[in-house]
Amino acid sequence: MSGHQPPSDVLVIGGGLMGTSAALFLRQRGVSVTLLESDLVGRQASGTNFGNVRRQGRPIGQLPLANRAIEIWRNANALLGSDVEYLQSGHIRVCYRERPEMADKMEAYAAEARHAGLELELLSGNALRARFPFLGPEVMAGSYSALDGHANPRLVAPAFARAAIRAGAVVHENTKVTAAAKVGDDFEVATADGRTFRATVLLVTAGAWGPLLSAQFGEPVPLVARGPNMSVTEPVPYAIAPAVGVMTPVEEETVYFRQVARGNIVLGGSTRGPAYPDLVRSYVLPQNTLSQLRQLRRLAPALGKLNIIRVWSGIEGYLPDSLPVMGPSARVSGLYYAFGFSGSGFQIGPGVGATMAELIATGSTAIPIDAYRVDRFPAAA
Amino acid sequence: MGQPDVIIIGAGPAGVRAAEALVGAGLRPTIIDEGRRAGGQIYRRQPENFRRPYGELYGTEAGRAKALHDGFDALAGRVDYRPETLVWNIADRHVWTAAGGRQQALPFDALLLCTGATDRLMPVKGWDLAGTYSLGGAQVALKAQACAIGRRVAFVGTGPLLYLVAAQYVKAGAGVAAVLDTSPFAARVAALPKLLAQPGVLRDGVALTLALKRAGVALHAGVEPLEVLGDADAGVTGLRFRDGRGRERAIGADAVALGYHLRPETQLADLARCAFAFEPKTRQWLPERDGDGRSSVPGVYLAGDGARILGARSAEATGRLAALAVLADLGLPVDAGELADLRRQVAGYARFAEGLAEAFPWPAAQAGKLPDETVLCRCENVTAGDLRRTVREAGAKEANRAKAFSRVGMGRCQGRYCGQAAAEVVAAEAGVPVEQVGRLRGQAPVKPLPIAIEEDAP
Ligand SMILES: Cc1cc2nc3c(=O)[nH]c(=O)nc-3n(C[C@H](O)[C@@H](O)[C@H](O)COP(=O)(O)OP(=O)(O)OC[C@H]3O[C@@H](n4cnc5c(N)ncnc54)[C@H](O)[C@@H]3O)c2cc1C
Ligand SMILES: Cc1cc2nc3c(=O)[nH]c(=O)nc-3n(C[C@H](O)[C@H](O)[C@H](O)COP(=O)(O)OP(=O)(O)OC[C@H]3O[C@@H](n4cnc5c(N)ncnc54)[C@H](O)[C@@H]3O)c2cc1C
Repeated sequence: MSGHQPPSDVLVIGGGLMGTSAALFLRQRGVSVTLLESDLVGRQASGTNFGNVRRQGRPIGQLPLANRAIEIWRNANALLGSDVEYLQSGHIRVCYRERPEMADKMEAYAAEARHAGLELELLSGNALRARFPFLGPEVMAGSYSALDGHANPRLVAPAFARAAIRAGAVVHENTKVTAAAKVGDDFEVATADGRTFRATVLLVTAGAWGPLLSAQFGEPVPLVARGPNMSVTEPVPYAIAPAVGVMTPVEEETVYFRQVARGNIVLGGSTRGPAYPDLVRSYVLPQNTLSQLRQLRRLAPALGKLNIIRVWSGIEGYLPDSLPVMGPSARVSGLYYAFGFSGSGFQIGPGVGATMAELIATGSTAIPIDAYRVDRFPAAA
Repeated sequence: MGQPDVIIIGAGPAGVRAAEALVGAGLRPTIIDEGRRAGGQIYRRQPENFRRPYGELYGTEAGRAKALHDGFDALAGRVDYRPETLVWNIADRHVWTAAGGRQQALPFDALLLCTGATDRLMPVKGWDLAGTYSLGGAQVALKAQACAIGRRVAFVGTGPLLYLVAAQYVKAGAGVAAVLDTSPFAARVAALPKLLAQPGVLRDGVALTLALKRAGVALHAGVEPLEVLGDADAGVTGLRFRDGRGRERAIGADAVALGYHLRPETQLADLARCAFAFEPKTRQWLPERDGDGRSSVPGVYLAGDGARILGARSAEATGRLAALAVLADLGLPVDAGELADLRRQVAGYARFAEGLAEAFPWPAAQAGKLPDETVLCRCENVTAGDLRRTVREAGAKEANRAKAFSRVGMGRCQGRYCGQAAAEVVAAEAGVPVEQVGRLRGQAPVKPLPIAIEEDAP
């Protein structure tokens, strides 16, 4: 397993949702692709996340990307040749009486979102409770997005990888990149098992590990890895169509839940736990599970009758402004980044893959991504 | 330093004997158990208002049961005993408990995991029909509720418990349709030298078999269970199997008790981040430990069947031994003679247990032969065919990957009951050794935790 591997047009480092979808869409544009993944595809953030396919709440400037993604989600089963359990069953965002200013923000957001192609229905607390009786008395107002939904994260990125392989991409799992450099006109990438890969374009989609690679090209990024808390209940009769989440500036209060077709209710949020990318580990702290349950009882007291049967977490990379690094390198031609999705990369994932493929294959994209420039952070001393 | 915080989880033979040794050294350990009363699995105590005599409840083990219960009662006032308390997580040198809808975190300097074992199960087509129970479930029904799981029960599986529970059913006057053991008789003969390490237990085992024969119960060895017969309305109506000579047969039964010896309850060791190693003889993953019960994590100790299946008598010895290890590590004096004696005892039990594993082997090969429509994971309703498809089509050759794709082991039991069989199905389909498939990672909560849980101030 050593020596030089056959070159390709594009080398993708990292087989999460960003890398695997980019690989598929690059192949659809006729570009040759090799993807390197240190573990198995879709096992990190892309395989452990909550599964919200939610546009509302994203920065208005991100909605074109989110809208591109939603088109792909709607056709995902056909595109991928396997069922990723996408349910376009709506999403509600609510705010509490204690924070009435959130209701104003919600209203302002809905007005702007409409111009960006996202229809939101604003509802009072009572109207919400009439329609979604599981919501608690503290809920003051909410915003309903009928065309958002959720999917099974464990299935999505692996399905993209299989589709990419069928379309001609080469995917190497258990292949960890240890060094990357530009040598002449090409990129040269070394892996832990002693192989060397070459390509004219390099795309770094390495999630929370992205800065380890960008730093090798002189582009450090102040990313912090953390582990959001997830829990799941035993299955109960299917009754809750939309995914539900709280809009609040307080991390501890941010809980959300959704019911999968099988009946289990997946819940997430509240204070995030620690994550250790170098050990490939993240832990759910018991106190965070308890605060999550406490917050969930506020949001939906009726769920207090259920039990959780399992908790988990995953490693996600957060940037100071909660926006990703996405686009070309500011220093090295042929080098592209898409990482650090700051807890909200699942919905836009397929759109990111499509946009990066477009950018690489055509040199430009109409999707606004300037806010995600790698050099937007003050130079780390 | 003041009194160290020592916590014992499990008030079975291992936990009780550990507590005695700690109290004897002047410590005041905390003992936590989910159960209503101390005693653990085999010496499960009847509810306070029941007055059945020891002989009736525990048979040949009555003396030991009484000694253990008396030993525990004598600790009253010198231990912090917390019954009906579930340990749902271990993190940050705290044990996280839930009792009566309330949560409390208890700090520890030393933690003894004495969590016992549960039935080891190999699925069979139709085992999801109403009327199929684990051997343990069948025994608990008899012991705790004094009722049988059926009027004509087929006992299927392997291991000493198969004969024990069948004999208990005969004794209670319940109908036993047959005892169908997957292990060939020759294996028992070959294992005799090792089984002689505990001649008394061996004698009791043989006596059980003879009692079953005298009662006219059909005993078959070397069988391959093929299907639990029945339908959704009637539940279990019978069982189809291949006998030791390769002939296909069917018997009538209205209930099936199923079990293939035991598997240790290791989830808490997993949450405490203990290292695990594959044990080829029983084909299970066990927490690593030194001869006295020290795990790979400093301050965490393992004893009893929760560490490795050695049986109830050994649990008493390994419990005490682990407590002595705690004392030694705390810098307290330990009697070297006692230590040596306990180690010698445990070596004998280990030899016997090895004999049992050889006499009643886990029928790994059956997993590969399960028809595709067999339900494998009953919590999540995943069939053998579903799982095989994820191996073939999605390339899942590792236990957690197979779980992620197929939901096998994702339900309320967290793979306790289906996990080992699922690993064998993956191994057979992928053509890799089962140790390469690995084991399901444990996640909190160990058992379901109410969303309505309330928190106590620390
Ligand atoms: C159904 C059944 C029948 C058996 N019959 C026999 C037999 O006849 N002869 C024999 O030699 N062996 C038998 N065994 C094996 C048996 O388990 C023992 O050998 C013996 O009970 C082991 O003692 P122990 O102290 O290790 O565990 P146990 O006696 O099982 O005690 C473990 C205790 O830990 C508690 N516990 C576990 N997890 C938690 C948690 N998370 N929170 C709180 N409490 C917890 C349990 O409630 C239990 O009381 C049987 C096992 C089973 C499952
Ligand atoms: C618990 C949790 C809940 C979340 N909930 C949501 C949600 O509900 N909605 C939402 O939109 N987003 C959510 N997110 C965020 C979302 O999951 C992520 O933003 C998204 O999956 C990121 O995808 P990715 O491909 O960038 O990263 P990843 O999926 O982490 O993929 C990066 C890959 O790169 C590989 N890699 C790293 N370094 C190397 C190297 N040197 N060589 C080779 N390979 C390498 C890694 O092994 C990994 O597979 C959540 C995240 C977590 C962890």
